[in-house]
Amino acid sequence: MRNRVVLALAAALCLAAVPEISAYAKKKNAEGSRQFQKQLTNDQKILQALNRLTYGPRSGDVREVKSMGLKKWIDRQLHPENIAENPVLAGKLRTLDTLTMSGSELVRNYPTPQMVRQMVNGQIPFPADPDRKLMLTKLMQKYEQRQAKGGDAAAGPNVANAQALGDLLSSQQLRSMRQGTAQQRLAAFHAIPKEKQDDAIGAMPQGLRQGLFAIAPPELRRRLEMANGPQQMITRDLSEGKLLRAVYSNRQLDEVLADFWFNHFNIYLDKGADRYLVTEYEREVIRPHVLGKFKELLEATAKSPAMLFYLDNWQSVGPDAPQARGKKGARGLNENYGRELLELHTLGVDGGYTQADVTEAARCFTGWTILQPQRGGEFAFNKRVHDEGEKTVLGVRIAAGGGMSDGEQVLDIVAHHPSTARFISKKLAMRFVADEPPASLVDRMAETFRKTDGDLRAVMKTMLESKEFFSEGAYRSKLKSPLEVVASAVRTVNAEVDYAFPLANQVSQLGQPLYRKQEPTGYSNSSKEWLNSGGLLARMNFALQLADNKVPGVKVDTNQAARPDASVAAIALGSPEFQKR
Amino acid sequence: MPTRRFFLRNSALAMVGVGAAPLWLERALHAADAPGARKKILVAIFQRGAADGLNVVVPHGEKAYYDLRPTIAIPRPTSDPGKRGDTALDLDGFFGLHPSLAPLKPLFDQQHLAIVDAVGSPDPTRSHFDAQDYMESGTPGRKATEDGWMNRALPKAAGKVSPLRVVALGPVLPRAVRGSVPAVAMQTIEGFQVRNAEAAKQFEQMYSAAKDPLMQAAGRETFEAVAMLQAIQRRPYTPAAGADYPRGRFGQSLQQIAQLIKSDVGVEMAFADIGGWDHHVNELGPRPSEGVLANLLREYGQALSAFWKDMGDRMNDVVVVTMSEFGRTARENGNRGTDHGHANSMFVLGGAVKGGKVYGKWPGLEREQLHEGRDLALTTDFRDVLGELVARHLGNPSLKTIFPGYDPKLLGLV
Repeated sequence: MRNRVVLALAAALCLAAVPEISAYAKKKNAEGSRQFQKQLTNDQKILQALNRLTYGPRSGDVREVKSMGLKKWIDRQLHPENIAENPVLAGKLRTLDTLTMSGSELVRNYPTPQMVRQMVNGQIPFPADPDRKLMLTKLMQKYEQRQAKGGDAAAGPNVANAQALGDLLSSQQLRSMRQGTAQQRLAAFHAIPKEKQDDAIGAMPQGLRQGLFAIAPPELRRRLEMANGPQQMITRDLSEGKLLRAVYSNRQLDEVLADFWFNHFNIYLDKGADRYLVTEYEREVIRPHVLGKFKELLEATAKSPAMLFYLDNWQSVGPDAPQARGKKGARGLNENYGRELLELHTLGVDGGYTQADVTEAARCFTGWTILQPQRGGEFAFNKRVHDEGEKTVLGVRIAAGGGMSDGEQVLDIVAHHPSTARFISKKLAMRFVADEPPASLVDRMAETFRKTDGDLRAVMKTMLESKEFFSEGAYRSKLKSPLEVVASAVRTVNAEVDYAFPLANQVSQLGQPLYRKQEPTGYSNSSKEWLNSGGLLARMNFALQLADNKVPGVKVDTNQAARPDASVAAIALGSPEFQKR
Repeated sequence: MPTRRFFLRNSALAMVGVGAAPLWLERALHAADAPGARKKILVAIFQRGAADGLNVVVPHGEKAYYDLRPTIAIPRPTSDPGKRGDTALDLDGFFGLHPSLAPLKPLFDQQHLAIVDAVGSPDPTRSHFDAQDYMESGTPGRKATEDGWMNRALPKAAGKVSPLRVVALGPVLPRAVRGSVPAVAMQTIEGFQVRNAEAAKQFEQMYSAAKDPLMQAAGRETFEAVAMLQAIQRRPYTPAAGADYPRGRFGQSLQQIAQLIKSDVGVEMAFADIGGWDHHVNELGPRPSEGVLANLLREYGQALSAFWKDMGDRMNDVVVVTMSEFGRTARENGNRGTDHGHANSMFVLGGAVKGGKVYGKWPGLEREQLHEGRDLALTTDFRDVLGELVARHLGNPSLKTIFPGYDPKLLGLV
C-alpha cells in the first residue's frame, strides 16, 4: 500500500532520468526556441498531459492513460460530456445546495440580515421550505435580541445562553454534549426535538459548537455554519465546490478550463450584489462555453447580471438618453465595462484601440442593465437610458437608432478582431504550454481561432497536438498556482476530503483567495507571480500540515502513509519539484 | 568556495537563527555595515485602483472643481464646528484634505507631511494593470523592464548584506521591489517560518539543490530571511506611544514594517499596498464623511498616522511616499463616481521632509486646461518625487540607471 503513495509521489515529481529544463536558462539565451523543438519521451508526454490538463496526476493515472493511449485520453478530455462523472463527487456536492440555485433563490434562502428583516416585515416573501422559514425567523429574533442589548451577543458564551441551553437539554444530555464521545455528543444533540434544535445551536457556547462541528456529518455541519449567518454559505459553497471538483472530477480539463475562463472574465464576489450573482455566473455563463465558441462565451458574460454589476455597466446611461435626468440628478456614461471588454476580455491592452473606442463602446452598451440586482437580478435592455446616436468602434460605423443591437455589434466586432484571436491564443498557451510560449505556436492557434470562428475546442486541439506542447521547453516549466498546489497535493497522496473549506483557506493563505480577486485582471497566468519567499514558506507549511493530517476535513490514509512515510510525503509535497507542473 | 567572511556571517546568522544570539549581536551584525550611522529607509505605499486625487487633496479654491462635480465634490472648508467633519480641511487657502484624513492634518501642520499635486505618470494609458506596472517598474511606456525601481534604487551594499534589505508586505512580491537584490514578501512576521524545525532543514537542503536556478535562489533567500527573523518572532510587539493601527490588512502591514525597522534587521526598502480605490459608482455616501472613499481614506490616514507615532524619532531616518497608478476624471460620471483619469497626488512623510506645503504647479480645471479635455493635467512626473528621495534621502546618485531615459527634476522635498 505504501508503495502506491511513493509511486504516485515519484510520478508527481517526475523522477525520470531526464534532467529538468530550467525556465530561466530557456529565457536567457537563444537555446530557448530550440527547447521547444526537442521532443519528450513517451512517458514524459503522458506526465506533461496529466500535469497540464488535470489538477495533478493521482496514483494510477499514468497507467490509465497508457492503456487508453495518450491521444485518445486527450480527446476524451476535450469532450467532457462523454466522460461519466465521478459518483463520489456528486455525493460530496450534494449538501452544497447553493451551487444549483438561481440568484433569486439564493437571495430567498440565504438572505442578509437586512433581507431577513424585510421578510419578517412582509416586504418580501419567505422561502417556501417551512424549516428554512423557521430558521430565519429564529435568526431574526437573535439579531433583535442582540441589537436590544446594544452589543455583540455572539462574542462568547454568556449566562443567558447557558441558561437557555439548560432549558433545552437535560443535565444528562448536557454532560454528554460536553464530555461524551463523538457518538454520545451527536446522540445527545439528536435527542433534542427537531423544532428546538436551531435554538439549541443558537444557545451553544462557542467551544461546544466547535466541538460538535468537528464531528458533525455534512447536514448538521451546515446547520451549525448557518447559525453564523446564512449569506456566508454562498461563498463557502463556491470555494468548497471548486476544490472538490478540482480533486474529484473525472472531467479534469473541463475543471481547469472553468478556472481559466472564470479568471479571464473575472468577477469579485464581495462587490455588493455579486455575492448572489457569481454562483449562477460560473454555472450558466462560464461552464457551458469553455469548449464552445468564444463569441458565445463573450456574449454570455456581457449579458450576465454578475458582469453588468461588477463592471458597473448596469448603471451606465447615455448622456442624452430620455431618462438621463432622473430623481437622483443627472446620470451618465460609465466607461468601466467598455474599457475592460477591450483591454482584458478581447483585444488585449496592445490590441490597437484608443480612448475614443472605449468611450464609443461604452455608449453602445448604455441600457444593458439588470432588473432588481439586489434580488438576484436578470438581464434587461432599458431603451430609455440608451444612447441612440451614431457611434464608431474600431473603425466600424454603428448607425444611429440600433438600440440593444449596438452592444451586440460591438461584441461581434471585437470577437472577430485579429487581436482577439492572438490575445486569447497567447493567454491559453501561457496557461498550458509555457510562460513565454513560442510565437510559432501562438500563430497557429490564432489561425485556428480565425478559421473556426473562435471555436475554443479547435484552438485547444491545435495546441494539444503541437510539438511545442510536448517539448522540453514546456516540460515542467510552469510554477503551480496556489489552487494547483493544494489540489494536486491532495490528489497525489490520495487524501479523502470530507470538508473542503479548510483547503480553500489554504489556497487563500498561499495568496489566491478564490472568487476574491478584486481587480478585473484576474490572477496572473505567469509563474513569476507566485515565486516568492513568503509563498514558498506557506507551501512548505501546507505540505507539512496535509501530510501530518492537520488540515481539518482532509484525511490522508494512515494505512497508506504510515508515520515514516508521512514525513516523506511532507517533504516531497513541499519540495521545489512539486511546485512545478 | 566559502570565504572566511561568508563563514563568519553564516555562523552568526545561525546563532541568530536558533535564538541563541543576544539582541546586541543581531544589531552589531548590521551596524557593522554602517558604522556610526543608521541606514536611511524608504517606505513606498501603493494605492491600487487609481485613487481620486481631486477628492483626496481637494482644490477648494478652484471654482471649476465644484462645477465639474455637482454631487460628489468635497465642500469648501468651514469655520462652523458642526460641519467641519464634512468639509475639506484647509491646508493653504487653496487645497484641503478630505475630512476623513483628519489624522494626517497635524503632520502637515507640523511640516512633516508634504503633498505633491498634479503628479503622476506621463504615459497616457488608462489601464490599471499597465499603469501600475509602469509606475512600479519606474519606466513609463516600457514594458520590457524586468525589475522594479525600488530594487534598482538600493545603494550598493558593502560588507555584510541583510537578506531583508527589501521587504514587501503581502502574499505576492510586487513588481516595484523585484530585481537582482533578493526581495522578501511576507504576510506577517510571525508566519514567516517553517513550522517544523526538522523539516525546515530538509527543505533548505532540497531548495539549495534545486535544478531550477530561480527556485534555488528563492529558496536561499527565503531561508536566510527566516533565520534573521526567528529572534524577532519570539518577542511580542507593542506599538510605541499608544499608536493605534486600524484593523485590516493595510494597518497591519504598516505595523509589521514599523516592527521590522525598529528591530534593526537591515530593512532599507519596504513596500505595502492598499486596494479598493476604483470608485466608478457612489464615491461619496449621503455625506462626504461617509461612503466608500471616506471609509478607505479613514483607514489609510489612521494607518499612516499610527505608523508615524509608533516610529517616533526613527522617522528621522525614514521617508514614506505614497502613489496610485493614475487619477480619475475631473468631471463626475453618470453614477456619482469617476472614471479613469490622469494626474493625481502623492504624499511624502518623514522627519527630514520639508512638509507643510503642497508642491507642484497647479494646472487648473477649466476645460482647456484639462488633459484630453477630461482629466487633471500632469505638471510633475512621479519620477521627480521618487528620484529626489532616492538621491537625497537614500543617497544613491545613480538616477540614470534607476530611471533610465529620464532626468528627474528635484522639488526640494528633503
